[in-house]
Amino acid sequence: MSTSGPAPLLSPRKAARGLRRDTLPAVTMAAPAALGLLAFVVVPFGLAVWLSLHNVRLDSPTPPGWFGLEQYRRILFDPNFRGEFYRGLLNNLVFAAVVVPVQTALALALAVLLNRPLRGMAFFRTFFFMPVVFPMALVAVVWKLIYARDDLGMLNAFLDTASFGLLGPYDWLGNESTALLSIIIMSIWQGVGLQMVIILAGLQGIPGDLYEAAALDRAGRWRQFVHITLPGLRNTLIFVVMVTTILSFRLFDQVYVMTQGGPQEATTTVMYQAVTTAFDANNVGRASAITVLFFVIVLVVTLVQRRLLREEREVA
Amino acid sequence: MSATVHRRTHRRRAQGRAGRAGAYLLLTVLTVVFVAPIAYMVIGSFKPAGEVIDGLSGFLPRDLSLGNYTGMLDRFDSPATGRFSDFYLTSLIVAGVVVLGGLVVNSMAAYALARLRWRGRDTVLMVVVLLVILPFEAIAVPLFYLLNDHRNTYYVQFLPFVASAFSIYLFYSFFAGLPKEMEEAARVDGAGPWRTFFLIIVPNSKPVFATVTILSFLTAWGSFLWPVMMVDQPQRRPLPLEIAVFQGQPPYDWGQIFAFGVLMVLPVLLVFLLFQRWFVQSVASSGLKG
Repeated sequence: MSTSGPAPLLSPRKAARGLRRDTLPAVTMAAPAALGLLAFVVVPFGLAVWLSLHNVRLDSPTPPGWFGLEQYRRILFDPNFRGEFYRGLLNNLVFAAVVVPVQTALALALAVLLNRPLRGMAFFRTFFFMPVVFPMALVAVVWKLIYARDDLGMLNAFLDTASFGLLGPYDWLGNESTALLSIIIMSIWQGVGLQMVIILAGLQGIPGDLYEAAALDRAGRWRQFVHITLPGLRNTLIFVVMVTTILSFRLFDQVYVMTQGGPQEATTTVMYQAVTTAFDANNVGRASAITVLFFVIVLVVTLVQRRLLREEREVA
Repeated sequence: MSATVHRRTHRRRAQGRAGRAGAYLLLTVLTVVFVAPIAYMVIGSFKPAGEVIDGLSGFLPRDLSLGNYTGMLDRFDSPATGRFSDFYLTSLIVAGVVVLGGLVVNSMAAYALARLRWRGRDTVLMVVVLLVILPFEAIAVPLFYLLNDHRNTYYVQFLPFVASAFSIYLFYSFFAGLPKEMEEAARVDGAGPWRTFFLIIVPNSKPVFATVTILSFLTAWGSFLWPVMMVDQPQRRPLPLEIAVFQGQPPYDWGQIFAFGVLMVLPVLLVFLLFQRWFVQSVASSGLKG
């Protein structure tokens, strides 16, 4: 394309006018997506805030009534309602507190393992990544069976055999103390491959001569990992950690398929409550308030991420 | 002196060999962990219902038949249950429109934002960047309220997802990194923004189109929360919603449920296995911009 022939035919002034003439095509090009975002993202989010300040029910003969901050007061402070919300938030936090470090560490370990110049690494990578292409609803159905409670359930049968009959059987999803853990393990299985390939790409961006220099200095594998690999992956890891944290707060599909929030409230989540409040309880106002609170959490996480990334740039 | 050196290199080489064997052993164990649930589903889909939940022998390929597949297709054979082809069609329509419509609409917007000069551009760009952090979950409830009269349609299932701030952002990052000379020549030759975009920019941006295609397809194909809220009519259910309903209805026929699962994931799995290097690279590149 670079037929760098004679000087441009247009004078700079005409070129500038040409640029200004971009306005019509530019606006036309941006319009479909902009309208879509406006109609299906911006307006609904504004509506969420509005609805959260009202008492709204679907198919109700009475119009939405002004409710002020009552929905928020009930969710956050009312002894009759707050328990459920805080339990959901706690479950989200526990999920994040386990999944974020474990899944990231596992993804990092897998990526470092696969990054070694050995044969067949692409073959293994295929298997570790495979669960990522599975829809979460399907994964949840399969694992529900793996977690089946009697001694014929796959996981129970495996533990029984591996421990010579000492362990199990457990009611993985039916017991308050193991239900959330079971969902966590399954989610890590499904999600770790995605992080792994992102970290692998990050690893390949670290210059190889850094390792050569370190090897000349007699730095062992571990010291190379701490002093070259980890700093080189800093931005990638921050990205991965933040995406996983936000994903932890979006937790819904697995819960809906596997436990419906139970047993008791052991696996309820903020999003699960938003949906059931809107749907089963037909309380759109309160569900919207939960949604707005959910967004505030996500926003805080993101702002922390931006902060961390900016500090990195200033240091660099 | 040289003996110590010799011994050291010898030891290191032996260590390397042991390390390599250890690495392969570890990788093999991990592979088993990652593949076992998938293998369980695939094998179970060919086994009689009673033998699916049967401890570790669930992995044994015994008494295999296509009975679950034919049985499952027979089970979904009326408008009341929805036909299997209905679920597939819904998923295909939704994913098809979201992916294709999204590629066109979002790449055009990203081009206007990255390469054209117009009033309001910076504002629009800022709004798009802000919207990237707004997950769909945050607007699902009001959208459900807003679109309640359009339940059980195809369009309500895809419309909210065609325009995507995240896709625009991915396109934007890529277009912004293209060399200026690429389009300058075309502009000087008198080509307007439209021709420049379709004839110069699009053909030179295959990687980002691949990334957006794969990411938006996987998201649309697995979409669950929105159908849960908007679809109750069996004929309009996409595959993930139907498998969730199917597995919750007694009598539970796990062989058939697994057969459903295999058919649901098979096309995606095939595309992944055929183009996997390219597939993995595309997905991985989405993280580098962070």
